[in-house]
Amino acid sequence: MINGNLKASYAADERILDNPYRRGFVFGAAALAAALPFVANDYIILVAAQMGIMLIAVIGLNVVIGYTGLLSLGHAAFIAIGAYAVPLLHRLFAAWGLPEGVMPLLAIPLAVAVAALVGLVVGLPSLRVKGLYLAVATLSANFIVIFLIELDAMAPFTGGFNGINTPEANILGWRLDSQREMFALIAGLGFATILLVQNLFRTRVGRAFIAIRERDYSAEVLGISLLRYKLLSFAVSAACCGLAGALFAYFYARILPEQFELALSLQLVAALIVGGMGRTMGPVFGVVIIVMVPELLKYSFGAIAGGSADVAALRAPVQEIVFGALIILFLMFEPLGIAQIVDRWLRSLNRWPFARG
Amino acid sequence: MLEVRDLHLSFGGIKALQGVGFTARAGEITGVIGPNGAGKTSLFNAISGFYAPSRGQVLLDGEDITKAPPDRRAALGIARTFQNIALFRGMTVLDNIKLGGHTRLRSGIWSALGYFGTAQREELAFRAEIEERVIDFLEIDHIRKLPITMLPYGLQKRVELARALAMRPKVLLLDEPVAGMNREETGDMARFILDVQQEFGTTILLVEHDMHMVMDICARIVVLNFGHQIAEGSPAEVSATPAVIEAYLGQAV
Repeated sequence: MINGNLKASYAADERILDNPYRRGFVFGAAALAAALPFVANDYIILVAAQMGIMLIAVIGLNVVIGYTGLLSLGHAAFIAIGAYAVPLLHRLFAAWGLPEGVMPLLAIPLAVAVAALVGLVVGLPSLRVKGLYLAVATLSANFIVIFLIELDAMAPFTGGFNGINTPEANILGWRLDSQREMFALIAGLGFATILLVQNLFRTRVGRAFIAIRERDYSAEVLGISLLRYKLLSFAVSAACCGLAGALFAYFYARILPEQFELALSLQLVAALIVGGMGRTMGPVFGVVIIVMVPELLKYSFGAIAGGSADVAALRAPVQEIVFGALIILFLMFEPLGIAQIVDRWLRSLNRWPFARG
Repeated sequence: MLEVRDLHLSFGGIKALQGVGFTARAGEITGVIGPNGAGKTSLFNAISGFYAPSRGQVLLDGEDITKAPPDRRAALGIARTFQNIALFRGMTVLDNIKLGGHTRLRSGIWSALGYFGTAQREELAFRAEIEERVIDFLEIDHIRKLPITMLPYGLQKRVELARALAMRPKVLLLDEPVAGMNREETGDMARFILDVQQEFGTTILLVEHDMHMVMDICARIVVLNFGHQIAEGSPAEVSATPAVIEAYLGQAV
């Protein structure tokens, strides 16, 4: 709780940015993201764009795991669906003769919608099973989607194992042909996603999700339909992942099915655990860590190895070990993630110098 | 008005309820008493829709709701509290109480995502309403921003009542509202229950072991024993019934 943070109306009390720390952080982050395309070098833009795409996906995952309490290990499937929808829709639009400038405006919402619909289907087992069993059910959804993409019969559409070239985004004549311009789009949509999802938790819909996480029978007694809200939660979260997938497709020149396998799903879950489940800022902190770890490893291995191929070959397994260690350490010592650590800092900062902790 | 007709409920060979039938009259407090295992909580679970009775009916204002799922019954106006407090522990008091308004608010996913129009208007109106009708009423304004885990037991019970009141229920089922409370806390809770009845005219059905409280505040009492209904009537009538004295109150020496 923040001291001296008093309100004169209920509307002021219900605001998302209800204290100066939050306002400062969010406006600062927005200013940074807006300035980045003008000042940063290509490498920083690349890393920031990767973070942005992953952030949108983890925000989605947070809805279903963090807020609704339904464990999913298959969310990479929705990213795959969003990503593959883009080249396929572009091909379809080209056949219809649509102008190139409107294609992304249609393709992105449609990719999101398709992912949300598949999310509804994947969410169906959540009505019967919970916990580990649901994790296995969603896991299999991931394998099924990748299997379908790689299927020989689907190869004419999806490119099978070899992947598929993706189109450039052209929004009403603005060609997003550099990563710098794509970053602007990703950052804008990333902020929009956080805001929309955060709004959800100011209203009955988001509260219903949390109620299901906390105690499902009690939620029912309050008139919350488990069927409707569990499926809605899956749909919202799949929609976010679909958006992340669509941006992924526009960002890279080519997509491969192996990019959307279990490893990606686990990376999303890892980001959420490290950042803090069921917290607005959890995905943000988590994604920064999960994207920075491989980059830092790359950097330090580069420094150590010089040009030695033997040492460089160790990088991939070391990265997996670091991810694993991060998850274990956070689960043991700070299960509520970095968001909780930051909260503690803010609390002591706010009370300083009168009290600590 | 809540009516239960000839309710039978069994789990395998165990007959939890055998022909229970009574009416909780509109605006009155009706007590349900009986020894442990008499079927009181089973009766509540059948009324709120968790257990499907093998025979008999539950009627709310004359409408048969025996087949309705729990969330539908909540929407029709049945609220309840649980014996072992079923609050959402990770949320604040305010958010818990707001959840009581779920069936009364209308906003869907689209307006919720944007927090514009219906969602914003009704959320703010609802906030103002629960502040006055529920939070002030139950004297919990000092704890509204605290997480449930930080509250003592007695206050948690009161917050659970608050959450039920936010539903503006027609019928309120209270499962042992003063279990484990000391005399002072019990007195407070009894007063709150009476206030709810007088202020909002809510029909209240109350399961409780505290005989003093039941006899003091209930207009009518239903007595269960091993799934059978052995008496129904005013407190004076019930406490004079020989079967009740034998089963529950104890023989005068």
